[in-house]
Amino acid sequence: MVPKIIGGFFVTLLAIAALLILLGIVLGLLAPFIGNVPVSYNFRSIRARWTSTIVAVLGIAGTVGVFVAMLSLANGFKATLVASGSPGNALVMRAGSSSEMMGGITLDSVKLVQDAPGIARDVEGPLVTQEVVGVIPFPLITTGTDANVQVRGVSPNVLRIRTFAKIAQGRMFQPGLYELLVGKNATKTYAGLKFGDTVNFSGSTWKVVGIFDAGGSSFDSEVWCDSKLLNEVLKRPDNIFQSVTVHLTSPAAFQQLKDSLVANPQLNVDVMREIDYYAKQSTAMTTLITVLGGLVAAIMAVGAVFGALNTMYSAVSERGREIATMRAVGFSSWNVILSFLFEALLISFAGGILGCLAVLPINGLTTNTMNFQTFSNLAFAFKITFSLLLMGVLFALVMGILGGVFPAIRAARRPVAQALRDL
Amino acid sequence: MKYSRLIFANLFRKKIRLLLTLGSFAVALFLFAFLGVIRDSFARGADVAGADRLVVINRTSIINPIPLADRDKILRIPGVASITHDNWFGGTYIDEKNFFPQFVIDPENQRQVFPELIVPEDQWKNFVADRQGAIVGADLVKRFGWKIGDRVPIKTTLYGGGSWEFNIDGIYHGKNPKDDQTQFWFQWDYFEEKVPERVKGQVGWYTLRVKSVDDAVPVAKAIDAEFANSPFETRTQTESAFAANWVKQFGNISFLILAIGTVVFFTLLLVTGNTMAIAVRERTAELAVLKAIGFSDLSVLFFVLAESLVIAIIGGFMGLGLAILAIPYLADALNGRLPALVLTPEVLVLGLLTALLVGVISGLLPGIGAMHMRVVNALRRV
Repeated sequence: MVPKIIGGFFVTLLAIAALLILLGIVLGLLAPFIGNVPVSYNFRSIRARWTSTIVAVLGIAGTVGVFVAMLSLANGFKATLVASGSPGNALVMRAGSSSEMMGGITLDSVKLVQDAPGIARDVEGPLVTQEVVGVIPFPLITTGTDANVQVRGVSPNVLRIRTFAKIAQGRMFQPGLYELLVGKNATKTYAGLKFGDTVNFSGSTWKVVGIFDAGGSSFDSEVWCDSKLLNEVLKRPDNIFQSVTVHLTSPAAFQQLKDSLVANPQLNVDVMREIDYYAKQSTAMTTLITVLGGLVAAIMAVGAVFGALNTMYSAVSERGREIATMRAVGFSSWNVILSFLFEALLISFAGGILGCLAVLPINGLTTNTMNFQTFSNLAFAFKITFSLLLMGVLFALVMGILGGVFPAIRAARRPVAQALRDL
Repeated sequence: MKYSRLIFANLFRKKIRLLLTLGSFAVALFLFAFLGVIRDSFARGADVAGADRLVVINRTSIINPIPLADRDKILRIPGVASITHDNWFGGTYIDEKNFFPQFVIDPENQRQVFPELIVPEDQWKNFVADRQGAIVGADLVKRFGWKIGDRVPIKTTLYGGGSWEFNIDGIYHGKNPKDDQTQFWFQWDYFEEKVPERVKGQVGWYTLRVKSVDDAVPVAKAIDAEFANSPFETRTQTESAFAANWVKQFGNISFLILAIGTVVFFTLLLVTGNTMAIAVRERTAELAVLKAIGFSDLSVLFFVLAESLVIAIIGGFMGLGLAILAIPYLADALNGRLPALVLTPEVLVLGLLTALLVGVISGLLPGIGAMHMRVVNALRRV
């Protein structure tokens, strides 16, 4: 009970602080309209103190840049995994499995799944791919050291189930032959997986006969081959698969399929939408990056606010006479505060924009990391969105208000007579 | 230091500015230490790997098993001192969020191969005698509030499904603060008894110690040659190579952290450099008076440099002190997401040197300006 009250108290305090900051930003931005100190005064004073201004701008730009970069990393990781699921597909795994790696579905169960309602069919039969995944080491082109690549054994009709994946070069593998179809990121990342290459793994020789493009999803980091052959070379039982992916007649048919499979006493499976499965896989890494990035950005923000405070305080102290003169000729202290807030916001806005512009080039840059759920390497790109940039600029304005409000109040409260006596 | 009073009087002239500059120094150094700790945490395995240890995995894939029967063949290879085997259990404790590694260990040889992970003798005896016993790392105990005697259920989907029950019989500590204290160990016999027929007699990987570090590479080659062309070919690496490889798979974490660190460093340099410049500009007249009454150019430079160095040292100590105090709490908050965060003396020393460097550079420019200032011009403004 008591911790709850303390927690609530803090939340309320935070909310009040956030509201005050927002109010400050609105007031500061409206200063040219509601205050009567001319805006040109601020521009001139910025020009007069350009070194301090540049320092404050760069301090804020650095903070905003790091903030946006970290969030875009988390964003890109999530987008890659979420793009891997299609709402029109469902994934069937053994009940209780948290990832495909842990699944196990016998051939008999696969046959039962194939006959379930809600599954799309074409001339060759139901659109179902029963899959196995292996983790095979291949050398990274960049470092020459081995990294684990997810090799997925699929059914030959897989491209009609994962309709977003297209062959970019070459052709589909022939069932029963040692042929590989390589994702477009995998072919760029690992040595020996280029179109036409021959590679050895698990005691067999494989030929890369095609490159596929899965639209920026995590499948782009995978290598596909015939599932029966993969089971054979990995020395696994030939009638056990790890997951089954089905193409639904329509996204709405999911519930019908799920009800029928779960109710079937011969099966012990979990059914989920593919998109939910991949979204869930991304949470661990996304949370880690967001928490770390948030911490780093918060610490940097404190430093940047100190920098902004320093700049604004020295502006105030250097301009003591000017301010006193303004007050003496009739500008109210309220107008002086508004003018200073406006100046601080101007500086921080410039910093925010600069920070955003500086990180824009990393948009689309690919990097690799390990996916904790599958122990295999995954390529993904930094993804900067408009809302992320907006957040960056807002973050800059918050720092500007925090750095500007105390110096502004101080400027307005100095006794006019005393300040003028220094003249 | 006969001028120390003058320097300190100048420092305290603008108290708010002094506080803010110290503050930005402290924040930057705190961030420096924090990033250093995170970088260490990702590179962890490679740092603590024993140079005399080799890891043997299945050549095809790390998730493929190796027969237990290979153990004696490996032991017969000259140069091998001791060997133990592990399996990855991959179970779930209550919820998937509570991830931690569970290893099936070989109690007979575990301690010969990993002497740095210490279990009190009486706890170890209880563990060996208890088929369902488990030894857990000290950090794991802290994370879940377990104590000796607790019964812990772990769900598995890899090995036949269901929930396995364990008794916590002991807690291990690492000798080195960087040792991983988040593992959960249980007995091979219990595992072998409960798993389905098709996976019996198969281990995940072997870890072995060689008699001398110089033997490591030849022994690794000999092991891989022994099993070449068998159904279970092996790949043998030193533990450090194995760990370094694992770390590399996390991608360019070190590079990212270095990039952020550089941004922070330059931001900090700008902020302090600017403050020093303002301080000198405001005091132009005073410095001119000092020169007029006979202080040399060099002593003026010295005053300015000393001031910025004092700020750098005090700010640096504040930041690193804050890091020493706060990082244990941050480590708790991040518990389970990263290997334990440990602040090493290397990071602290490097941080202090950085602070000094920034102090010198940021004092140098305005200091040189003050040195070259012409007294006549400066005094005209008094």
